[in-house]
Amino acid sequence: MSSDKSIQREESASFNEHSLSYIRQAAEYGLYEIRGMGAKRRVPSFDDLIFLSASASRYPLEGYREKCESKTVLGTRYAKQPIELEIPITIAGMSFGSLSANVKEALGQAATQMGTSTTTGDGGMTPEERESSKTLVYQCLPSRYGFNPNDLRKADAIEMVLGQGAKPGGGGMLLGQKVSPRVAEMRTLPEGIDQRSACRHPDWTGPDDLKIKIEELREITDWKIPVYVKMGATRVREDVKLAVKAGADVVVIDGMQGGTAATQQVFIEHTGIPTLAALPLAVEALSDMNVLGEVQLIISGGIRTGADVAKALALGADAVSIGQGVLVALGCNHHAYQRADGEEVDVTGDYAKLGTAPGYCHHCHTGQCPVGITTQDPELEPRLIPEVGAKRLKNYLQVLNMELTTLARACGKSNVHHLEKEDLAALTVEAAAMAKVPLAGTSWIPGTGSV
Amino acid sequence: MVSLKQLDLTDLSVRQVNEYLHGELLEECPARVEILNPDGLHSIAAGLDKEVEIDILGHAGYFIAGMNQRARVTIHGNVGWSVAENMMSGVVRVKGHASECAGASGHGGLLVIEGDASSRCGISLKGTEIVVGGSVGHFSAFMAQAGTLVVCGDAGPNLGDSLYEATIYVRGSIHSLGADAREEEMQADDFEKVAELLSRAEMNYDAREFKRVSSARSLYHWNADAHQEY
Repeated sequence: MSSDKSIQREESASFNEHSLSYIRQAAEYGLYEIRGMGAKRRVPSFDDLIFLSASASRYPLEGYREKCESKTVLGTRYAKQPIELEIPITIAGMSFGSLSANVKEALGQAATQMGTSTTTGDGGMTPEERESSKTLVYQCLPSRYGFNPNDLRKADAIEMVLGQGAKPGGGGMLLGQKVSPRVAEMRTLPEGIDQRSACRHPDWTGPDDLKIKIEELREITDWKIPVYVKMGATRVREDVKLAVKAGADVVVIDGMQGGTAATQQVFIEHTGIPTLAALPLAVEALSDMNVLGEVQLIISGGIRTGADVAKALALGADAVSIGQGVLVALGCNHHAYQRADGEEVDVTGDYAKLGTAPGYCHHCHTGQCPVGITTQDPELEPRLIPEVGAKRLKNYLQVLNMELTTLARACGKSNVHHLEKEDLAALTVEAAAMAKVPLAGTSWIPGTGSV
Repeated sequence: MVSLKQLDLTDLSVRQVNEYLHGELLEECPARVEILNPDGLHSIAAGLDKEVEIDILGHAGYFIAGMNQRARVTIHGNVGWSVAENMMSGVVRVKGHASECAGASGHGGLLVIEGDASSRCGISLKGTEIVVGGSVGHFSAFMAQAGTLVVCGDAGPNLGDSLYEATIYVRGSIHSLGADAREEEMQADDFEKVAELLSRAEMNYDAREFKRVSSARSLYHWNADAHQEY
């Protein structure tokens, strides 16, 4: 037996401190962890790709002088009134209930200022949200909370949600402390109870039904507005084909890095496939169906930077959608919130009371958000002032678009939608195989037979 | 002004019919609209928002009178899946039988099915009142949040599973109750409510023959010891 003290202290690979802590917690409380903010583990991502920007074989555009177009049109297949956006970056659906009314208003203001869309969520449409959003996508969710034909007719597009990247196949849980009187009224539920959202729609059970359901929504809205179909990324190729067959104008694929307000840890970490892997599969499915360009594709799940957006577009997405990054821009996980006069108020102590710290907080489900974002608490909610939040978010979206256009110009493109797979290489074999682009320094794409 | 407008689905598409119902109907204001030859077509009279009488003369398909507001729609035949889905107000009456998910997620109004309804009748109900003259299938009123389901015949397995604040009344036998649903004693206001709904539905039964089912509310807060009884 070795007497080496360092070997005696060596951690077991299977039963490391993380696993031991999990088992002890399960044994002590008999509960699994519910949390938000996406997977904690690293998975292959857009970080594993780089751009082969222009030099001799490609001719770059001047970054500060030559224009690069970012206009984006969604819903051209059947809708009489497709969505026209100034940038290919949209704000993902997040519910009033999970988020405060102030946040929903801030999202609308920022999206309007940047010429893009925002999206309702599980709790229905608030008047503040509709008023502040020039382009608003109305989600049709399995729970049908707050689902209303009058609001449907006020929407600029419908998003039929079949699932989300953080929890494909799972429903939702809004803990009772966030079911305030207003949330309860909008959701037709008793105040203060744990609200369980359904994991599947009540009135259809398969793709053939979905087709008829989509037709019903189109009939109700007189075929004016686009219908998106949003899915968590799992069996992407098959799911996208069925969505196209069901009549989607736009398909939204949400990869496993997508955040959420609250779901089981086991869902966040162990379901769905990475956004990087999902996107090429979705593009191939559209190509197989001969609808590339006719049915638009939005990709989401862990999009953070303009580089992520550019890579997504290069791989074939028409636009991206951002949820968690948007919340961070508003102040999620920041050590302080900002008052109307611009002064910052430190809330490190509030994070500590939750047993966490800025940068590591994933307590959206508790409703005790120290910066007033994921809360219905009347004392916490005013910490996020709509105008202040909107300004921060507008800045963020603006930076993303500037980064996107900068990269596009460096690749010689005068339009961000001209970015293509050929502009990319992969840094790892895994990323090369998933994205189906060559490993950097080679022409090898794993799994394709190319060398 | 015309008193009766007839729209024939052998000559017109569902789109054309709905276009009329959403548009010209508002100008013409007929007292009654007859839709002929529905022949199992889907989404007929979906998205209505006007106080008008509509008669669909024959059997119809899925999502008939979906999201109805204010209109009185009568289907003189059987209907497919999800009749009066997400209804807000008004009255939808099915003279025959209905397939699954009748009245799914409806917020208001009255849905009457004179025959039987299949499974998941009133699923995710949010305030609509449903009266079924015959029997309902399994998982009826699953996750129903508000509103009332009156069943004059029998109820299938797992009635009222995961109920919130909706109430179910059953005249016949109940195969089994779902998670968190329980039978409760009828009170004076229950008899009154059932009698009133039967009267509005034009069904001739005695309210005293009905049983009441509602939520035991034991699952209103998440409980790991519930052994997946959700």
